[in-house]
Amino acid sequence: MVKEILLPLLILIPVLPLLAFVLNIFFGKKLGGKAAYISIAAVSVSFLISVCLFAGMLLSGEQAVEFKFNWLNFGFLGIQLGLMLDGLTAVMLVVVTTVSLLVKIYSLGYMHGDPRYSRYYAYLSLFTVAMLGLILANNFLLLFISWELVGLMSYLLIGFWYEKKSASDAGKKAFITTKVGDLGFFIGLMLLFSAGMTFNFKDLALLAGSGAIPENTLNLIGILIFCGAVGKSAQFPLHVWLPDAMEGPTPVSALIHAATMVAAGVYLVARTFFIYAHAPLALEVVAYTGTFTAIFAASMALVANDIKRVLAFSTISQLGYMIMALGVGGYTAGMFHLTTHAFFKALLFLGAGSVIHGAGTQDIREMGGLGKKMKITMGTFLIACLAIAGIPPFSGFYSKEEVLSAAYNSGHLLIYWTGTLTAFMTAFYMFRLFFMTFTGKTRTDLHPHESPKSMTVPLMVLALLSVVSGYLLVLGRVFEKLVFFSGGAAEEGASGHFVMYMSLTAALLGIALAFFMYYLKKISPDYITEKFPGLYRLLANKYYIDEFYGAVIVKPVKKLSGLLFKFDQKVIDGAVNGSGFMTVLISKLQDLFDKLIVDGAVNGTGRLTVRGGELLKHLQTGLVQNYILIAAAGLALAVLLKIIF
Amino acid sequence: MILTIITFLPLLGALIILCLPKEKEGLIRWFSAAVTFATMVLGFWVFFSFERGSAELQFVEKCSWIPAFNIKYFLGLDGLSVAMLVLTPLLSFLATVYSFNIKLRVKEYFFFFLLLETGMLGVFVALDFFLFYIFWEITLVPMYFLIGIWGGARKEYAAIKFFLYTLLGSVIMLLGILALYLYSSPHTFDIIELSKAQPFTRTFQYIVYAALFIGFAIKVPVWPFHTWLPDAHVEAPTAVSVILAGVLLKMGTYGMLRISYTILPEATKYFAIPLLILALINIVYGAFVAMAQKDLKKMIAYSSVNHMGYCLLGMAALTPIGLNGAIFQMVTHGVVTGALFFLVGVIYDRAHTREIEGFGGLMTKLPGYSGIMLVACLASLGLPGLAGFASEFMCFLGAFTSTVAPGVYKIITGLAVAGIVITAAYFLIMIQKVFLGPLNEKWKELPDINARELVAIVPLTVLMVLLGVLPYIAAGLSTASVTALLTALGVK
Repeated sequence: MVKEILLPLLILIPVLPLLAFVLNIFFGKKLGGKAAYISIAAVSVSFLISVCLFAGMLLSGEQAVEFKFNWLNFGFLGIQLGLMLDGLTAVMLVVVTTVSLLVKIYSLGYMHGDPRYSRYYAYLSLFTVAMLGLILANNFLLLFISWELVGLMSYLLIGFWYEKKSASDAGKKAFITTKVGDLGFFIGLMLLFSAGMTFNFKDLALLAGSGAIPENTLNLIGILIFCGAVGKSAQFPLHVWLPDAMEGPTPVSALIHAATMVAAGVYLVARTFFIYAHAPLALEVVAYTGTFTAIFAASMALVANDIKRVLAFSTISQLGYMIMALGVGGYTAGMFHLTTHAFFKALLFLGAGSVIHGAGTQDIREMGGLGKKMKITMGTFLIACLAIAGIPPFSGFYSKEEVLSAAYNSGHLLIYWTGTLTAFMTAFYMFRLFFMTFTGKTRTDLHPHESPKSMTVPLMVLALLSVVSGYLLVLGRVFEKLVFFSGGAAEEGASGHFVMYMSLTAALLGIALAFFMYYLKKISPDYITEKFPGLYRLLANKYYIDEFYGAVIVKPVKKLSGLLFKFDQKVIDGAVNGSGFMTVLISKLQDLFDKLIVDGAVNGTGRLTVRGGELLKHLQTGLVQNYILIAAAGLALAVLLKIIF
Repeated sequence: MILTIITFLPLLGALIILCLPKEKEGLIRWFSAAVTFATMVLGFWVFFSFERGSAELQFVEKCSWIPAFNIKYFLGLDGLSVAMLVLTPLLSFLATVYSFNIKLRVKEYFFFFLLLETGMLGVFVALDFFLFYIFWEITLVPMYFLIGIWGGARKEYAAIKFFLYTLLGSVIMLLGILALYLYSSPHTFDIIELSKAQPFTRTFQYIVYAALFIGFAIKVPVWPFHTWLPDAHVEAPTAVSVILAGVLLKMGTYGMLRISYTILPEATKYFAIPLLILALINIVYGAFVAMAQKDLKKMIAYSSVNHMGYCLLGMAALTPIGLNGAIFQMVTHGVVTGALFFLVGVIYDRAHTREIEGFGGLMTKLPGYSGIMLVACLASLGLPGLAGFASEFMCFLGAFTSTVAPGVYKIITGLAVAGIVITAAYFLIMIQKVFLGPLNEKWKELPDINARELVAIVPLTVLMVLLGVLPYIAAGLSTASVTALLTALGVK
């Protein structure tokens, strides 16, 4: 590719949405409805550039292009920031700009008439900027900066309807929970920097590959950096924020909390795979965390009744899948699943938004039979369900199969079987959701209606992508050509037919079970609930983890803060005021001492003299015989003394 | 000459104000604004003509003053001080503009205010101990009156506490200075000469370091000497709080760098780990206590304890990244916390309360104010892209990569990182209670931020973004001097 035009193009991708943000935030009131179109126009151009770059990378076969500029300078060394383009970035660029564009178009209808319409588009634009910065970064620092910024936008957008306490609570929870993970990330970064004195990916990859950093250190760094991914990608034990994040507007959930930002954790692990390739222990941690999260979140999705929460649990579970894939060395498989998931999960969320828009409720128990009135929504939703369940030829089939193959081929059989079981559960809860929402009779007196074109067109586009993206990317091994790990740690063996048949069986079984329970109603869900009340309560209450954190972390922290403040006031300031008081007291005592003793002594001497004088004055009688008597007595005394001694 | 002009221009202004009739309040206000504005312009001129690559003193003015005691009139600027010479006039000008709403005893207010500015500027340019100490003490008196006369309900208590506490510190510091004078031969107060000569034994250094430290630590404030700060802040008028947080606290950290670090290198190395531990306490303890606050201003005051902890962390690092970070943190903290105190003043002027629980939903009613406040809070909690992040990041990174005792530094810095989350938590809790949620009906008549307030706050907001996106415009100022300082200290 021509390098000279590449840099301006790369810069333009995030700068255009940035301009849209600036215009919308400062002139939003004046722009009114036009705010949205500015935002859409900006991201459209970014999208077009991204697609061109994607094609360019594919055709030219170039590995990576990098641009750097100075950011900080410490005298002997500085920190450079920069942008880079390689296959991984190119894929992510297309994913992010596509979903961004579609979500922004969709929001035209969904957010129509909102009092903070222009602010909404401003936030979305800034989110896109940060997300693009994250994937374009050629170094850890810019990645971290963007990482925090997407977190901020997530906070602002979750709490977009901040008048509702639950929304502002959810935003706060998301920000703080992910920040906890980021602490680990931050320490990992510093550790990495002290080992290599650079943040640049390429330099660090060389360094890690050369064996200059001991394996233990790399393990530690890998685990610490993974903490960031655990927070951002809502992996156990920091997954608690994502279900609550559904308080945000639904298009936001689709963009940020399904397709892009939450996948950033997966991207982070992929981008820094050069560390994990030399850190086997860290990679194990990654694999098992992902696996556990996948099945753990899927179990909670089984009983959830809020349409968005089911999807949220499903997102956590699918992210676990991707993390798991990376953990077993399935670099390409994990990123492939990220890509297909972005499309079908965005579709599911936007479909859910359309349902909420049309039906006015989020509780699937109140829905049913919506399909008759919302044909496009139902059709596209069905495609997404088939995709996530892993039915061929939908995209999820290809990526899921690759993920499971990677697990199988790596020899982690526990991980493989857990993944397959999760695939079964996924198919079940997705079709439970589908049947309860769209089929049967309406359970309450809802008056559903199909959503406007601005909403259904993005649905159809995403449905198309959900159908073809898997097949197209497998065809001609397009994806593997762009996204592969050249470090050569993990072999991705050819998948046997066994894995394919197993995953297909799991998916079909799940769908069949859902069909029996929720379409034919042959098995009553209530019966199962009554049979296992403890298990049901455990799942419905999300394993009581929120309550646990509340009791073990939130409360003690608040208590500690109160106690320390008391300590500050009573002990430290008490000591200050006390010493002030003591000084005053001592000065008063000294004053007293002064008056009584010192002054007393002075006055006492005076008084003694006066008294003595008064006593002695009686000797001064003026009579000569008295004086002679005294003189004689004195003489006698002197003689007496002389005789004795 | 330029440093003398900058330093004494406010004093000249103060003297002229004394001659103005006190009824002409408008004239006094505009005149003060003009004086501080001129000082600010000169400050920027120095900033732009300062040669960054050089570790040498610049703009030096040196002549004999009291020859009998070898006391010199010695001013100069290097990378350690130049940033503060820009920040101080900037904040002083903005604070003057903000102070236009002062109604009580206008003439005296601006007189004290300008006198204070001279004192502060003098501290950052003086290179002779005698002169340094005079400027240091000059700042106390106007501050005492500014809090004591124009302050809040418990102003006398706060003013006396501030005055006595810091006076105690400076008296002990004076003992240290006199010891340095008496033990040098020939006796000298010249800071640069002393740092070059290095005539002191190890034990002597430890003792003098401790004496100087108490003086500086009270100013910073370092835990456990910090309790005067929340009282002083809560009672001080808005503009004075801004100056207090933005400039006065930095006199402590600057003093340590300028004096302890250069003259007492052995002690500096010896006390690096204790300082590191104090930094940790400042960060974590300050954050926890800030979380417990119900008064908005007190919360910001404790957040200063927290944020000055980052500065101490960078200083304890004894690495170029850490020390540059500490100096940069002085600037960003001045900008961010300065803005936060202005913003607290804005809401207090309208609502006459600062109870965090008493607000709610202000975002809807005051979008402009809330937006700026949000940016300032985010900058303060260290959000990347805003000023706080770059400097905090440098402080952390500097301490983490320290070569003095790598294990200890890594562990303590790792623990200090926890402060980031707690800081985020207390700011977000405050934002939620004050700005989000349904609008508290009590405040539905509240007007949004006005022009005078915007003039004071917008420049700082712009700086927050600018320093966050392009930190090298300020962070590179200190590089050469820090490198020289570390070479002299004998650490890499």
